Amino acid sequence: MTDFLLELRSEEIPARMQARAREDLARLFAAELARAGLAATETVTYATPRRLALIARGLPEATAAVSEEIKGPRASAPPQALEGFLRKTGLTREQLTERDGVLYAVSERAGRATPEVLAEAVAAVIRAFPWPKSMRWGAESRSTESLRWVRPLHGILALFGEQVVPVAVAGVESGAATLGHRFHHPGAITIGSAADYVEKLRACHVVVDQDERAALIRGRAAALAAEAGLVLVEDEGLVAENAGLTEWPVPLLGRFDPAFLDVPPEVIQLTARVNQKYFVCRDADGRLANAFVCTANIAASDGGARIVDGNRKVLAARLSDARFFYETDLKVPLEQQAERLGKIVFHEKLGTVADKVERVARLAHWLVEEGVILPARGEDLASLADMAERAARLAKADLVTGMVGEFPELQGLIGGYYAAAQGEPVAVAEAVRDHYKPVGQGDEVPTAPVTVAVSLADKLDSITQFFAADLRPSGSKDPFALRRSALGVIALILDNGLRFPLGEVVSRDVLDFFADRLKVQQREAGVRHDLIDAVFAAERQRGVGEDDLVRLLARVRALQSFVGTEDGANLLAGYKRAANILKKEGVIDRAPAHAGAQDGEAHGGSGLLRAREHRPAHEHVPAPQHLPLSYTPEKDEAALIAALDSAEPAAAEAVAREDFEGAMAALATLRAPIDAFFDTVTVNDPDPAKRAARLALLARVRAAVHTVADFGRIEG
Amino acid sequence: MLRYHYHRLGRIEWESVSPPPRATRLIPRRASATAPGVTDTSANRPLSFQAMILRLHHYWSERGCVILQPYDMEMGAGTFHPATTLRALGPDTWNAAFVQPCRRPTDGRYGENPNRLQHYYQYQVILKPSPSDLQELYLGSLAAIGVDMGVHDIRFVEDDWESPTLGAWGLGWEVWCDGMEVTQFTYFQQMGGFDMKPVAGELTYGLERLAMYIQDVDNVYDLRFNDAGVSYGDVFLENERQMSAWNFEVADTEALFDAFRKAAAECENSLAAGLPIPAYEQAIKASHTFNLLQARGVISVAERQAYIGRVRDLAKGACGAWMEKNGWAA
Repeated sequence: MTDFLLELRSEEIPARMQARAREDLARLFAAELARAGLAATETVTYATPRRLALIARGLPEATAAVSEEIKGPRASAPPQALEGFLRKTGLTREQLTERDGVLYAVSERAGRATPEVLAEAVAAVIRAFPWPKSMRWGAESRSTESLRWVRPLHGILALFGEQVVPVAVAGVESGAATLGHRFHHPGAITIGSAADYVEKLRACHVVVDQDERAALIRGRAAALAAEAGLVLVEDEGLVAENAGLTEWPVPLLGRFDPAFLDVPPEVIQLTARVNQKYFVCRDADGRLANAFVCTANIAASDGGARIVDGNRKVLAARLSDARFFYETDLKVPLEQQAERLGKIVFHEKLGTVADKVERVARLAHWLVEEGVILPARGEDLASLADMAERAARLAKADLVTGMVGEFPELQGLIGGYYAAAQGEPVAVAEAVRDHYKPVGQGDEVPTAPVTVAVSLADKLDSITQFFAADLRPSGSKDPFALRRSALGVIALILDNGLRFPLGEVVSRDVLDFFADRLKVQQREAGVRHDLIDAVFAAERQRGVGEDDLVRLLARVRALQSFVGTEDGANLLAGYKRAANILKKEGVIDRAPAHAGAQDGEAHGGSGLLRAREHRPAHEHVPAPQHLPLSYTPEKDEAALIAALDSAEPAAAEAVAREDFEGAMAALATLRAPIDAFFDTVTVNDPDPAKRAARLALLARVRAAVHTVADFGRIEG
Repeated sequence: MLRYHYHRLGRIEWESVSPPPRATRLIPRRASATAPGVTDTSANRPLSFQAMILRLHHYWSERGCVILQPYDMEMGAGTFHPATTLRALGPDTWNAAFVQPCRRPTDGRYGENPNRLQHYYQYQVILKPSPSDLQELYLGSLAAIGVDMGVHDIRFVEDDWESPTLGAWGLGWEVWCDGMEVTQFTYFQQMGGFDMKPVAGELTYGLERLAMYIQDVDNVYDLRFNDAGVSYGDVFLENERQMSAWNFEVADTEALFDAFRKAAAECENSLAAGLPIPAYEQAIKASHTFNLLQARGVISVAERQAYIGRVRDLAKGACGAWMEKNGWAA
């Protein structure tokens, strides 16, 4: 068994592409080997800025010989059959083998030397490599068919054992040599085999293993901070990026002028990280310190003093810019900045950002006024509504500030600083700061009432406006991130328990869009989408679209825990049996009448109490008509009737109270009577009266279950 | 020069009509007094601004480049020079190096900012086809102007380049020296909407930035322009003051709008006459006029995209006519 080493050396590969490139290399290489019937016992991949490498261990010297046999006609078959077979195989009669009266075409494929297979595999992998962005270069690029690679490809190191595997791609020929570190060891080095690759490179100032470089950066950066009495602000993204930018990483700690600490710490951290790829540090009190850690790619002969000094000046210039913008912005009140939003087009079909701000301000005010968002204890509704409107009017003003012009990532956050600096109430400043949240799964969900109002209004406005302009997401295209906005709305509603019938502010198609997003979001939270469908369906059968997400999910959760119990599982089985019989007999589910004692009443909790006439939610579902029986029911039949008589109202009332556990408990009482009924009572009785009555009884069971959810939608 | 647009909700992006600023932030760097090449042997001090340019000219001249003088029209970047844009097209070998003054009206700061200028210099090298040792050639040029790679950290950091006005893009890096971007290094893939056959390599050095680094100067106006006592400020400070005022406050916007229209019309007139070079000059003129209008703040956000598209059409038209005139297939 022999090891194979491949190194593809190029000009600097972007750091962000290296991890994926290693995966692609391993995958493509394994696929090529598999086509030849080879497999390595172990494959390792490495990436540095200048090389992509693979070691495949345990390859045989040659592929196995393969004997292939194709069965033909019988020897006694008519000549036409034989001719057809000879045409198909391209053989003559003499070349066929006869066994037990049947002709066979046998072809022997000899085993191939593994280096030969590897040479073809390497060339194929290079040509098929799926770089996210690739380019042509050099004289070869006179043809647009020339090789594409992420950056110019310069070397192919390919060794099977100690033997060079001859490959030539786009003018690059394989060999046993590579280069060391660009500055420490620019000359060629000869590699003996896979066994000495890593160590020979290390001797030439290249740590080829990306994980080792990352560990080195992580450990050394933390140690430098500790030596300075500070704590490194950990950032794995930065660790990986710096590991992708260096072959010989040397973290260095530098200091910047403490006067810059007047600038908000987020600004310092952002410019250090994004523009310069530096780590930052905190002092013992957790405050940002005037220190940074950069990662050089050389062990400088002066110990790095000049590198640190140069980086310090670059950072100082960046921070001077940031401070200039910060101080300049502070001179202009946010409402004055906001006036310039009238010149910024939000979207060509949707007017300016100022138009959007106006809509959001009104919606935020309305959400409070209508009781969707409640004031904290001791606050009054009117002042909360005014603060929400005020915050909404200021929230986008930072888009035209110099700071956001320079650092777009700071939008919101920097507006919060400016709002606080001009003396806005804390709640308003916080709302300006946090109103974009949550921006993704796992992001913090605001809970402060003013922030919730602005955030919700902003996202609802975007979704409804883009939908109204027919700019909705389709397939993989969601240029305005409406799906993310919808998830944000859902998170705001659920996390804050907002009783908010969405149907009152959004159209039917937007509501369906929310329902889809909800299923996606809940699936990730471990909630079964079939249960969500079951609840939606139950409501729709009642002619009501459930649009109160809090209530919907409470019901789904209760349902999920119920179907997980033995009672639940058995009830589901009983329901399905009943429903199947009804279906077979053509007894359709009647649309329930909209009559009920509780219709029009408030349904507990703080809710939006408008337009109730349009949404008769949670009315008492009337029991199917109880026809007097013309015969004496059997024991288990009577028991089921009795159980239904008490379970029906109990379930309906519990649903109306939003006590979904209670509703499930009421349904659970049906389980034993249903089982007993099916065990002892014949539905399909020869007496038409009995048969009709029993089918009606099963219909009652189905209707009772539907009070809670359409169990027919539940899988399993 | 900046355009807001909603990329994703809650996100804005910036788009610039000129290529991204390449040398607007100038960071000084203490030069090694003893490093070979940095020192002017007669005065025993780092290279002056003009000596640095002369070294680069010498270096690239020795490597077979045509050393050109600046193009005599206002433009936002060296890439607009016909020696880059037009000569990058087609199959012929072309190696050239030149200094190009760049005008970015909106970057003017009335001479009060230590590293932002509305007029500055780029050193531009264009090599077609891109030589296989382009990175080594480039590093050699840094050594020639005194950068010691034993104590400085040189890095190639991903930075892909795109010019919406030229219909051009390429892949490459920004080259960092101790964390400071000193050069844009690009392998052109398309120009004027045409695939490069073959690909050209482009190096764009920010000269003021490099000089501040080599001379260890914090303010661009303090750079030694030569070794006879003339500073960068002596040459350009008053120019920055007056030009900033004109760009931002004085330029007659009606005349500029008119100039834009006339340049566009003249570009088409030249194209109709089968003269791509004059047509391209008019595209350059339209582009710069548009930048001035931007500095005057009279182009609305909605209009901006249309202007960029107009300039791109002119530039693409000129490139297409140039290809056709030379008989090159797209």
